[in-house]
Amino acid sequence: MAEKIAVIIPAFNEAPVLQDTVASVRRVSPTATIVVVDDGSTDGTQTVAYACADVVLSHRKNCGLGAAIMTGLEYAKREGYTSCITFDADGQHDAADIPHALQKITDGYDVVVGSRFRGSHSGMPRTRRFVLLAGNIVTFLFFGVWTSDSQSGFRAFSRRAIETIYLKSNRMEVSSELYGEIHRLHLKYTEIPIHIRYTKYSLGKGQRNANGLKILLKLLYRL
Amino acid sequence: MTLLLPIQLGLLLFIVFAATRAIARFRGGSLHLGSLAFWLCVWAAATLAVFFPNETTSIAQMVGISRGVDVIVYSSIALLFYLVFRAYIYIEDLRTQISTLIRELALRDVKKKRA
Repeated sequence: MAEKIAVIIPAFNEAPVLQDTVASVRRVSPTATIVVVDDGSTDGTQTVAYACADVVLSHRKNCGLGAAIMTGLEYAKREGYTSCITFDADGQHDAADIPHALQKITDGYDVVVGSRFRGSHSGMPRTRRFVLLAGNIVTFLFFGVWTSDSQSGFRAFSRRAIETIYLKSNRMEVSSELYGEIHRLHLKYTEIPIHIRYTKYSLGKGQRNANGLKILLKLLYRL
Repeated sequence: MTLLLPIQLGLLLFIVFAATRAIARFRGGSLHLGSLAFWLCVWAAATLAVFFPNETTSIAQMVGISRGVDVIVYSSIALLFYLVFRAYIYIEDLRTQISTLIRELALRDVKKKRA
């Protein structure tokens, strides 16, 4: 089967940075299809996405990160992509990490998660580090998979993973739920080091520390 | 016949109102037979407690609580917790269904430049 790669970028009100993010991905992966999932943005993200992405999927209402990722995966499944990457729109991920993740998929892994704790994470606040560690412990207790960065948005999926993973969580708790799917479907999983650049913008856009409790409650509900 | 106290009359009117609402919802098709039976049992028990308040004390003492009214308060809190949980599940299910619908619309109206 010919290689067909999609880079899925979920975006909610990311108009100021989306073009730069898409350009950085295109520089590194010129043959990949860049799929932006606009999750009901109200700041013109959709217009920016039409201008720079290859494919735009638009949620008419804001459904949440989990729903946006699942929309991207469903598109990749229907269009026969052999592998795909999920990549944050806020500019904190480094597109230079994409080839390494895809290499791991070629090596036979089904799910590859980029871990900032195995790579670098300049500018990470100390409280964020604590919340992420708590997220790893909760993910292990709920889903039986130990990970060094359970809330990472940088992931790569094989065709098998694209076809079988079904994420029910609509919002941020999707990051932990993914490990439940890895466990349930016996997918071959690994981590790679990635490089995260925290900026004032990305810290304002990403998960807030107070969301941790909300995510825990949602995971309890999913039991 | 002993006259009803104002609080008993008020509670009784509320119970009648709640029971008729449950029956109306069952007739309208938005409440299953099992749910109707559950609610009618709840309101029947409440009616007995209104008419025989002293009997609730003997039931309370059987389960280790001194006053009958405390049993009612504890049971009501447990029931409320359960109902809030049910409502939460219902809202989450609705949210998932809405997301599925929005996803299908997005996939149907996909804009492609290159794929």
